[in-house]
Amino acid sequence: MSNVITLDENAESLVKIRDLHFQRGSKQIFRGIEMDLPRGQITTIMGPSGTGKTTLLKLIGGQLKPAKGSIEVDGQNVPKLSRSALYALRKRMGMLFQSGALLTDLTVFDNVAFPVREHTDLPESLVRHLVLMRLHAVGLRGARDLYPAELSGGMARRVALARALILDPTMIMYDEPFTGQDPISMGVLLDLIKTVNSALGLTSIIVSHDLHESMSISDYVVIVSDGVVVEAGTPEALRASESPWVQQFLQGKSDGPVPFQLEAPDYRDDLLGAKHG
Amino acid sequence: MVDLLQRFGRGWIGAFERFGRATLFLLQVIIGLPSLFGRGFLLVKQLYSTGVMTLLIILVSGLFVGMVLALQGYNSLVRFSAEEALGQFVALVLFRELAPVLTALLFAGRAGSAMTSEIGLMKATEQLAGLEMMAVDPYKRVYAPRLLAAFIAVPALTAMFGAVAILGGHLVGVEMLGVDAGAYWSQMQSEVSFRHDVLSGMLKALVFGFVICWIAIFEGADCIPTSEGVSSATTRTVVYSSLAVLGLDFVLTALMF
Ligand SMILES: Nc1ncnc2c1ncn2[C@@H]1O[C@H](COP(=O)(O)OP(=O)(O)O)[C@@H](O)[C@H]1O
Ligand SMILES: [Mg+2]
Repeated sequence: MSNVITLDENAESLVKIRDLHFQRGSKQIFRGIEMDLPRGQITTIMGPSGTGKTTLLKLIGGQLKPAKGSIEVDGQNVPKLSRSALYALRKRMGMLFQSGALLTDLTVFDNVAFPVREHTDLPESLVRHLVLMRLHAVGLRGARDLYPAELSGGMARRVALARALILDPTMIMYDEPFTGQDPISMGVLLDLIKTVNSALGLTSIIVSHDLHESMSISDYVVIVSDGVVVEAGTPEALRASESPWVQQFLQGKSDGPVPFQLEAPDYRDDLLGAKHG
Repeated sequence: MVDLLQRFGRGWIGAFERFGRATLFLLQVIIGLPSLFGRGFLLVKQLYSTGVMTLLIILVSGLFVGMVLALQGYNSLVRFSAEEALGQFVALVLFRELAPVLTALLFAGRAGSAMTSEIGLMKATEQLAGLEMMAVDPYKRVYAPRLLAAFIAVPALTAMFGAVAILGGHLVGVEMLGVDAGAYWSQMQSEVSFRHDVLSGMLKALVFGFVICWIAIFEGADCIPTSEGVSSATTRTVVYSSLAVLGLDFVLTALMF
C-alpha cells in the first residue's frame, strides 16, 4: 500500500514523517509510517487504542528514538538532533499529556509559570502578567492558588494547556484530550483548541480515538492502524471514502477489516482448556 | 539442570546490566550538579525535605542509643573498676560505628524510600516526561539537587546523632549511675582523636549518604510506572541501601582502622 499522502501542493507541512519504524520488545508498532502534517492547521491522528498514537507523539517530541526513518519538525530531523538542539526545539513544542502531567507540588499559578521561570529571566511582575493572561484564556484565573490534586480532570487539562501555551510554541500536541470529559467541558475544550489554534497561529496535532469530536474541529485527519497510515485527508474526504476500513472505523462497527479480538488461540479450544504453546 | 543454569546466568546478566545503567545514570546526575550553582533554592528545598524531616527521628534514636550504650558500657566497665572510661567508650563506639551506620539506616528508611516513591510517582503520572517536553532536564532539576542534599544531610545528621547520643550517655552514666562528670568528659576529650575517629566517621557518613541517594533516585527513575512498580521500587531502595550501608561499613572500617 502506498502511504505517502501529500496535501494540496502549496500547503507547507510542519511535520514530515518518512518510513518510520519502531518496535517495543518484539512488538512492531510502526512499520514504515509516512505522513505530512500541515502548518497552521488542526490535524487529528486517529486509530484504535493500542496502535501507538501516544508513542507517535513521543517520537515526534524526541522522547523515543525510532529504529529507522526520519521525523522532521520544521526542517529538523528530530532523532538526529543533539541534546541541546532537541531541548531548543522542545521549547517551541507544547505537549498536553493524557493526565495533564502537572507538577503536584506546585500551585496552578506556579505550574503555568514554570516554563517561563525555567527558561527566561523575566521579572516576576511580567511572569504574573503572562500567567494570568494564559489562565484567563482557559477560564481558570480563579484557580491560580489551587493545587493539582484539587482540580477536576477537565480543569487539570485546561491548566496544562495554559502551561503548554505560555512560551508561545509553534506547535502543540494533544494526547487524547477528549477522554473522560463531561459534555460541558468537552464543548469548552473543543472551542479552546480551535480558538487557540487560530488566535495564536499554532499548528495543532491531536491524537484521539473520539471520532466525532475530532472530526468536528480538524482540518485534516490521518487514520493509523496496524503500524501504517490507512487513510488521510480532510474530514469530508474521509466520510466519502470507499475504503471498508475507514467505513468500519467511522461507523464504529466491531467486525470488518479490523478484528475486535486481539489475536488469540481458538476460542473453543481455549474454553475447553486444550493445551497449546 | 540446564534450565536452572540458564536462569541463574540470566539473573546475573540482568543484574550487571542494571548496575551498568545505574552507573550511567549516576554519571548523568553528576554532570547535572554544576547547574545547581545559582539555583540554590532547589537545594534548600531538598535539604528541608530530606534532612529536616529526618531530624526528629535521628534525635530521638540518638538519645536512646546513647542511653543504652552508657548502660551496657557501665555494666561491663564497672567489673574492672574502669567506669571512668565510660565517656571514651561511648564516644568511640558512636563516632566510629553507630552514628554513621544507624543514621544511614534511618535515613534510608525515612528519606530514601520517600525519594524513590516521589520520583516513581512523578514517572507514573508523566510528570518526568512532562518536564522533558518542557525542555527541562530532570537530571538537573529533579535528581541532582537530591543527590547533593543527601550528600550534605547525612554527615550533618550523623554529627547530630553523635552529639545527642553523647548527651544521652551523660544522662544515664553520670546522672543515673553516678560516674564522675569530669571523668566522663575529660576521658572522652583525651582519648578520642578528631582526625582518626571523628573524621573517619564523617567520611563514612559522606559515602553512605551518596550511595543511599544514588540507589533511591535510580530506583525511582527506573521503576515500572504503575502502583506495584513504585511500591516494589520503594522496598528495593530500603533493602539495597541498608545492605549497601552495612557492606560498605565493613569495607571502610577495614580500610581506615
Ligand atoms: N513503556 C512501554 N513498554 C512497552 N510497551 C509499551 C509501553 N508503552 C506502550 N507500550 C505498547 O505500545 C503499544 C502502543 O501504545 P500507545 O502508544 O500508548 O497506544 P495508544 O496511545 O494508541 O493507545 C501498546 O500495545 C502498548 O502495549
Ligand atoms: Mg495513548
